[in-house]
Amino acid sequence: MSLAALQRDFRDWLTDVPVAMDDWVDGHARAGLDIYHNAYRVQLVECLKDTFAKTFLWLGEDAFIDAARVHIERTPPSGWTLGAYGVRFDETLADLYPDDAEVAELAWLDWALSRAFEGPDAATIAADTLAQIDWDRAILHLIPSVRIGRACTNAGAIWSALEAQDAPPAAVLLPNAGAMLVWRQDFTPCFRTIEAIEQRALKIVGSGSSFTALCTILIEQLGEEAGIAHAGSMLAEWIDHGLILAINEPKE
Amino acid sequence: MTGTSSAPFDGFGLGLRTPHYQQFLSDNVPVDFVEVISENFMVDGGRPRYTLDRIRERHPVALHGVSMSVGSADGLDRDYLCRLKMLVDHVDPLFVSDHLCWTRIEGFNSHDLLPLPYTTEALDLVCANIGQAQDVLQRQMLIENPSTYLQFMGDSMTEWQFLDALCDRTGCALLLDVNNIFVSAVNHGFDPIAYLDGIPADRVRQIHLAGHSQGRDRLIDTHDQPVPPSVWALYATARHRIPAVATMIERDDDIPPLADLLAELDIAREIAGSDERQAA
Repeated sequence: MSLAALQRDFRDWLTDVPVAMDDWVDGHARAGLDIYHNAYRVQLVECLKDTFAKTFLWLGEDAFIDAARVHIERTPPSGWTLGAYGVRFDETLADLYPDDAEVAELAWLDWALSRAFEGPDAATIAADTLAQIDWDRAILHLIPSVRIGRACTNAGAIWSALEAQDAPPAAVLLPNAGAMLVWRQDFTPCFRTIEAIEQRALKIVGSGSSFTALCTILIEQLGEEAGIAHAGSMLAEWIDHGLILAINEPKE
Repeated sequence: MTGTSSAPFDGFGLGLRTPHYQQFLSDNVPVDFVEVISENFMVDGGRPRYTLDRIRERHPVALHGVSMSVGSADGLDRDYLCRLKMLVDHVDPLFVSDHLCWTRIEGFNSHDLLPLPYTTEALDLVCANIGQAQDVLQRQMLIENPSTYLQFMGDSMTEWQFLDALCDRTGCALLLDVNNIFVSAVNHGFDPIAYLDGIPADRVRQIHLAGHSQGRDRLIDTHDQPVPPSVWALYATARHRIPAVATMIERDDDIPPLADLLAELDIAREIAGSDERQAA
């Protein structure tokens, strides 16, 4: 019997796949096996509690731990970093709470903010460099920590209230579905709920299209004057919030 | 392996934990080094890396890993090794260490330090994995003895015999966790002094001190308590055999004020100093 076979059996023991450990340990070791079996779950539950702190507060301890245990059974960890465990916890919560969309959205927000916290550093562009840019050819580049998730509910307002240790509002569906924009400014993870038009604009920018292409789409949607004005105001806000890594003019 | 071996470093340090970051950044904390969990800083950027850089300006830093999985039957994770190599090159650490254990098999990662059988097959595999790690990192590694809660029927040697052979074959050094010796000795009924006698004392570069808890059937390596008298006593015995070595208090849960840990570190200094005075 090889070391690989032992480790496969041990993995199965930890993850509740039926396996006999009698080939490897005697009866005295049963208490030790139970310690490893428990420690595996405790570690992962604690990791999820830490990463999804606002979701934990929203659901309460018992419901959160029940959901965490479902996730652990469905999704055994695979990566070397414990910090990455929880990458699809929001999907597990969406399955468990199909009628409470704010739960999965809150979890996505917790997750995205945790990723932004240790995401790549990026020097952002300053507003006083814009004068030299040829806007007909300019392409905007977003900082790498930008993430966009759906927002059908007031999960953002719930998160903010929990962060401030205020009583959170009741969960409600938004009149118009939008998105949550997450990024890091300096060392601080940030988010705000954005409307569908800004979500679409960021998608266009993120795809590498030019600022002119963005303006064209906004003009089609809002009319020439309002479209250009909206593009300008969004750009100003993106720069102010540290979302723009660079503005390049592609060579001919 | 190429690169330089770690020279004995006779200092006293603490494990750097989040609640104490600000004090380490702003105060002149009286430690000779700090130890950080490598994986917490094997990230792309943000405040963790910034904090580590600022603390590195003030103190030597030891990198202590929990995810290398030197006992994995399917070898080391190359992505992990590359990430660790980048961190090592950036920090120029005092030590690079990980545990004698396995955490990963066939894409599954337990994130728990699981026990190895002490067999010739396991020894061959761990030697190969540590050799690979040392080649990639271009450094000597320190391997820490684990706390274990079971022993395998197929064991053909003791843990200290395994570590002795490991050091001999790979050139690695040891991070001796005195609390882990005590915990495993109680759990498995061996003599901790025999353990200290069996390891190659001249290969010990660092010592960990920590607390444990009494579980239902075993002592548990919880790191959530002060170092108990039983571990201090074993530390005194270890220091008699290992006069020049770095010592560190390792606390991972119920983390007390920094002053409490510094007071524990003073006890370690006193014990080490007492041993030096007796030797003189």
